[in-house]
Amino acid sequence: MLVSEKTSLTEEIELLVQKYGNDRSSLLKILQDVQKNHRYISEFAQQEIARLLKIHPVEVYSVVSFYAFLNSKPKGRNIVRICRTITCDMKNKEAIAKAVERELGIKMGETTKDKKFTIEYANCLGLCDEGPAMAINERVYTKLTPEKAVEYLNSVK
Amino acid sequence: MENKKHTRKGDIIFSDYTPGDGIKKAVTLSREDILFEIKDSKLKGRGGAGFPVSTKWMLAAAAISDEKYIVCNADEGEPGTFKDRVLLYEYPELVFDGMVIAGYTIGAKKGIVYLRGEYEHALKPLEDYLQKMRDENLLGKSILGIRNFNFDIEIFVGSSAYVCGEETALIESLEGNRGEARNRPPYPVNTGFKKKPTSVNNVETLCCIPHIVLNGGNWFKKFGTGESTGTKIFSISGDCEKPDVYELPWGTTLKELLEISGAQNTKAVQIGGASGQCVPKAQFNRKLAYEDLPTGGSIIVFNESRNMLKVLKNFMEFFVEESCGQCTPCRIGNRKLLEGVNMIEKGEYTFTYLNKLKELGKTMQVASKCGLGQSSPNSFISILENFNDEIFSYNNGGTHA
Ligand SMILES: Cc1cc2nc3c(=O)[nH]c(=O)nc-3n(C[C@H](O)[C@H](O)[C@H](O)COP(=O)(O)O)c2cc1C
Ligand code: SF4
Ligand code: FES
Repeated sequence: MLVSEKTSLTEEIELLVQKYGNDRSSLLKILQDVQKNHRYISEFAQQEIARLLKIHPVEVYSVVSFYAFLNSKPKGRNIVRICRTITCDMKNKEAIAKAVERELGIKMGETTKDKKFTIEYANCLGLCDEGPAMAINERVYTKLTPEKAVEYLNSVK
Repeated sequence: MENKKHTRKGDIIFSDYTPGDGIKKAVTLSREDILFEIKDSKLKGRGGAGFPVSTKWMLAAAAISDEKYIVCNADEGEPGTFKDRVLLYEYPELVFDGMVIAGYTIGAKKGIVYLRGEYEHALKPLEDYLQKMRDENLLGKSILGIRNFNFDIEIFVGSSAYVCGEETALIESLEGNRGEARNRPPYPVNTGFKKKPTSVNNVETLCCIPHIVLNGGNWFKKFGTGESTGTKIFSISGDCEKPDVYELPWGTTLKELLEISGAQNTKAVQIGGASGQCVPKAQFNRKLAYEDLPTGGSIIVFNESRNMLKVLKNFMEFFVEESCGQCTPCRIGNRKLLEGVNMIEKGEYTFTYLNKLKELGKTMQVASKCGLGQSSPNSFISILENFNDEIFSYNNGGTHA
């Protein structure tokens, strides 16, 4: 990371701490915003958050590693999650996953070279009445067919 | 997602309601009156555990503290349940009026909705709705012009972890920690969020409250059975023509549920999601009720074409992934059970070993620290017991692809 990037990340985190307060209970909100802005929470970001909340960096790491939506390794700009849980499984989520894998030329869990997409499996998205279901970032897509799933991917900038 | 509110019908939650009416009635009553009506209604928590709401609220109301909290548990992560999603989108007036009434009753000034990360798409409409309530003086300072009646609601978005639906793990998460269940006692009603008295209630539970306040506990009891009063919202998915949420009185049989949802050639029904039990056809006359088959509302239908071993494998993979890893019976136990399923799949098992695994499951039910590990063996045990013919002919050139 360049020095200038580091300074701007520090500034960003300082603003978040101002916004949410430096109480421990702000930690998840701060992590979520950093995750949203950068698609991952770097080691440096974790250290800065720890410093500003006056807790040990390991505390921050242990929280990041606990939650499925937070990650400490870089990911694509768009995170695609395909539900693999029972009802979507019965509605052939496998075909959706395969179509997406073929289209992007990567396997589940991987990121495209241009860093545009990361694809992964997710547990039940609470859309079992309209499965198979998938999320691209915060948006959800239901009643998928392999073809429609790929269409939605292509509509992402 | 479709909004089907105008087509929904039900006796309580899906009946007519004018937003704000529950709050307007509540403020004409004393706290004791409200607690009495809820006690009289025999309303039990709809999040799965079925704890009487009046007991929880009386303890919270009696706790002496300058700060108390009402938490709405919207972490809905049990496979096969989506009722809370529908309630949040289509009936926010019931959820939030229920929270305001709870605040009035137990003396809390703050409500927090713990919204699962997967439902972030609901954040904007919910926040807009809260703003509308503030504009109408149904939320905020001096609600309805009543001095000292201050209550506001904040929405906290989770970051995806099934175990955070467990109320003490949820509180840990709110406090900025890993979502690891706490030892109980102490219970959240005494030592909850920030060590203050906290009542954690499910979305659907809160939706019942305005109706009970308006119509009384006696009216509520008219629906359902003796032990299971009122109605339940069932999320029905899987092999049926009309997967959806349905509000039906407690005591409805599985058979009736299957008819309503247009299920055909049904072989088995999973009650209560991955952590529930799998009921075979011979028992479809059983009733959904605390007296017989209690459930948080997840109903997954399997028709004759389904391979129950594959179903079980999907459930066990879920638990291996979602165990928080804090205690050994659950962390190691779920792995062992999944290994067992894989062994059966490959035909590399002995019945002696499988019986040991069932014993292990029973140990997990008593020795795990929280409900996740206590209930994760349920499907393993019930599927192996109820479908043993199918599962163990599978390796003898059985019909299951
Ligand atoms: C692993 C686990 C997950 C749970 N998930 C939820 C959930 O998503 N929503 C919920 O309301 N209760 C959930 N519960 C139950 C809560 O611990 C708690 O009993 C409930 O929120 C209390 O509200 P109620 O009395 O209104 O049901 C879960 C429990 C366990 C053990
Ligand atoms: S039972 Fe499982 S989820 Fe619950 S505390 Fe133990 S390891 Fe964690
Ligand atoms: S099983 Fe896929 S959304 Fe519930």
